[in-house]
Amino acid sequence: MSRLRHTTGRLRAFFTRRQLDTDLDAELTAHIDLAVDEYIERGMTPEQARRRAMLDFGGMQQAREQHREARGLMSLDILLQDLKYTLRTLGRDPGFTAVAVLILALAIGANIAVFSVVNTLMLRPLPFQNAQQLLWIAPPPTKCGLSCATYSTDAYDEFRAGSRSYQDVTGYFAFSSSDNLSLKLGSAPITATSIDVIANFFQMLGVQPAMGRTFTADDARNGAAPVILLSDPWWRRQFNADPNIVGKTFDMNGHQTTVIGVLPASFDFGAVFAPGTKVDAITPLNLYGPPRDWGNIITMIGRLKPGVSLAQAREDADRVAPNMCWNNKRPGSCGSYARHNDTGGVVPVPLKDYVSGKLRRSLVVLWSAVGAILLIACVNLSNLLLARSAARSKEFAMRGALGASRGRIVRQLLTESLVLSGAGALLGILLAVTLISWLAHQGAIALPLLSTLRFDGASLGWTVLIAVSAAVLFGLMPGLRMAGGNLHETLKDTSAGSGQSRKHERTRSVLVVTEVALACMLLVGAGLLLRSFMHVLDVDLGFQPERAAAIKVEYDDNVPGDKNGDLSAQKRAVIFQQILARVSAIPGIEAAGFVDYLPLSQNRAWGLPFPKGVRRPDNINNGPLVYVVTQDYLHAMGSRLRGRDFAWSDGPHSQNVVLINDSYARFLAGYAHWPNNDAVGQIITNDPSDPKNDLRVIGVVDDVHEENVDGDAGWQIYYPATQASPSGAELVVRTTLPPATLGASVLRTLRDLNPKQPLAEFRPIQSLVDHANSPRRFFMLLVAAFAGLGLLLASLGIYGVISYTVTRQTSEIGIRMALGASAGLVQRQVLVGTLRLTLIGVVLGAAASLATAKLIASLLYATSPWDGVTYIAMALALLGVAAFSGYIPARRASRISPMVALRAN
Amino acid sequence: MPPSKLDLLQGTLDLMVLQTLTAMGSLHGYGIARRIEQVSGNQVLLNQGTIYASLVRLEQRGWIKSEWGTSGNNRKAKFYSITKAGRRQLAADARHWERLTGVMDRVFGMGKDADEVLGESENPA
Repeated sequence: MSRLRHTTGRLRAFFTRRQLDTDLDAELTAHIDLAVDEYIERGMTPEQARRRAMLDFGGMQQAREQHREARGLMSLDILLQDLKYTLRTLGRDPGFTAVAVLILALAIGANIAVFSVVNTLMLRPLPFQNAQQLLWIAPPPTKCGLSCATYSTDAYDEFRAGSRSYQDVTGYFAFSSSDNLSLKLGSAPITATSIDVIANFFQMLGVQPAMGRTFTADDARNGAAPVILLSDPWWRRQFNADPNIVGKTFDMNGHQTTVIGVLPASFDFGAVFAPGTKVDAITPLNLYGPPRDWGNIITMIGRLKPGVSLAQAREDADRVAPNMCWNNKRPGSCGSYARHNDTGGVVPVPLKDYVSGKLRRSLVVLWSAVGAILLIACVNLSNLLLARSAARSKEFAMRGALGASRGRIVRQLLTESLVLSGAGALLGILLAVTLISWLAHQGAIALPLLSTLRFDGASLGWTVLIAVSAAVLFGLMPGLRMAGGNLHETLKDTSAGSGQSRKHERTRSVLVVTEVALACMLLVGAGLLLRSFMHVLDVDLGFQPERAAAIKVEYDDNVPGDKNGDLSAQKRAVIFQQILARVSAIPGIEAAGFVDYLPLSQNRAWGLPFPKGVRRPDNINNGPLVYVVTQDYLHAMGSRLRGRDFAWSDGPHSQNVVLINDSYARFLAGYAHWPNNDAVGQIITNDPSDPKNDLRVIGVVDDVHEENVDGDAGWQIYYPATQASPSGAELVVRTTLPPATLGASVLRTLRDLNPKQPLAEFRPIQSLVDHANSPRRFFMLLVAAFAGLGLLLASLGIYGVISYTVTRQTSEIGIRMALGASAGLVQRQVLVGTLRLTLIGVVLGAAASLATAKLIASLLYATSPWDGVTYIAMALALLGVAAFSGYIPARRASRISPMVALRAN
Repeated sequence: MPPSKLDLLQGTLDLMVLQTLTAMGSLHGYGIARRIEQVSGNQVLLNQGTIYASLVRLEQRGWIKSEWGTSGNNRKAKFYSITKAGRRQLAADARHWERLTGVMDRVFGMGKDADEVLGESENPA
């Protein structure tokens, strides 16, 4: 107990120092006075008495010191002393301090920002309750994208009933397109994006609504009243954050829909499941209505029971998969989900891995890059501090001579480093927070969870960690060097060229070489990523995104009493033809056509038409992506076609025609034995038993990159809109003028023809491509920025060191010039010295890059990590920058007047 | 040549202060230092100033308390007095000292009774 009192007493004493010191002084004065009084009483004179009293007392200052030591926290006192001294010395040299703090701020700020990104995307659990229990259930990714990662209603039911590992399984409808919700509030309908989810979606994820309630099973039944959940941003934007919104009904997609709740701001469907898209509202999916026959439409997400492992869930899935049927009414479709030779299968993976697993490599590279920046900054600062300490060597020698222990001096220098590092960290936090909030608002970058990026406790902890580590890293070495100096030598006047400075010279050279090597590695990495990105931009997408744009069109092809779809098809043909004719007449429009799924966004697949007469092999699970298009769509997209395009004459009563893409044609040709392996003119069919279902291939289209830009194109098949029913209509136009200028006219034409046409967005096709490339571009830009920063720091470092060397060698240079060396020779020698150092650094850096090339290889597209051009270009860039950095000191050296140099020592 | 004065350890000075305050009641710093000098018959090496470190230690531990007052000849000084906790601590320390000196006595008396001790240990009894 007394120990606690003692400690609190000491802490209190620390904070009330001044008062206690005054008290003590009063006490000591009283003590002396009392002693003097006593001695006077004994008969001494006042002077004698005072002298005797002081002798008896002992050292006054010593008594004070002992008192202070006994009462306070000695270490804290020393720390405070060091701190005051540090601030004073740093304040005396504002140029150095500013540069050092700036360098640290940039490096630490970059590190904080990247750590926050890594934390958000990779380390932090998903923003759901007990997120580690959530699994994404799908076969491993294949060429047909989401079509192959989804399940039918019957399959979902079977999985949910038959599995033993899950608390619950839910899912959502994977084939919604953007702007699929039409809200009629005023004269013009407003479009928004909504997603259908299974009724237990929010319960399973553990998401509580901010207002109202989430779905129940009743909301998803046949004939249930339409209900909708609003997302927080849409509720604020569209409905002005109406606090009484729950219970209100609106006309959505033609039905009176009731708002039953508002989702919390922390829930962002797009951030987790559809990066780069904004989902405005969520509706319940009626699994047992029409969607039951739509085929594979649901993605599955499951929550593990506590204590069940992933491996057990996998075994469970393997057991259940063969019982899952595509459609219970067709027994032949059972077992199609089971694994066949490594394809297909029902494979649960942790949801977190599905969401951000692909990014792991890129994030590791990014983290390494920013770590290299920090190292370069530390090396730079080490050099700066070394140079500065060399100037203060006399001061340290004096302190050592006066009794300061080596540890004390090192502690002093470490305090300096910590203060610099702390100031750099504070400024760095400012920079990082700015960068982070900017990044979090970049909705266009298709990276998951990016909108949840923020500076939180973990980031703060990381800041402290790297600030302290950096301080130790760059502060320790100069500190040890300084404190370990020979006292006598330093106290005497030393001339340039003594052993001490030569050792310093070598240290500095080593540091510069390290800097250059690190910068070289960064540059090579950035160069490779840049080259790879250029290659991606050059990829033949199979269509021409420039000067093409798309807009979603509303149409009504409903014909009551139409039994087999023929009447609808005819009505549709009329509507489409009319629209296309009017739109094509707009000046500046070169071509126009309709499609139901745009490339690089959603897609879907069904069927597997095979050459007629050839037996279909058993082991193929997935068919081609299906597009329902009109005549001229391919022209509008800029896709190349061999054969003929669809015509309006290809109607419901003429022969069924299709277009297939090159990959599919080659695949089919492998099974059929067509003359010249040419598919044009051949018959393929989904259903050999019925000749009515024969499909004639009238043309072969060049492969289009539908799923992603840098992958392989899969199989694609096009049906005419006059014979098949499209899932929606996107009007695609090719323009001679920039697309943005024609948006208004196109929309006006559409609204003239159909007043119910909502104010949809006229999107350039290029934006789809950019969106698909956005993650790659994002990483490349970041790494390039870091490489640029590293180059800047390295050049500053080189400049600093060479400049310092020239200063130290002033008299030597003066002698050389007095002996006849020309200014040009001196300049050249300095430059050669610079380049030599840089060359060593470049060689080391290149070697290190070659060794670690594997790390980056998986991020590169069509670029080898040993790409010679990049290495040579970066080496030349570094040498050039080094020459430039060394040029100014070189000129200064050449300008040295021998007389002045020799006189000043 | 007078025998050299004994150097005082930190803890023993604290103890002396406590005892002085117990015996003398309330005293100022100078008074305590003088008293210790007198009682020890000037055999203790004491820089009077060192007492202040001792006093602040004891006060922080709660064993003594202080207040400003006036001395006999109208000097303003800080007077210290022992607290109840201090008395308890003093009693405990005094017991500890007795035990210590008792043991040390026996240890230093070891030479004279060496045979006795050895003899005792040899007997299996």
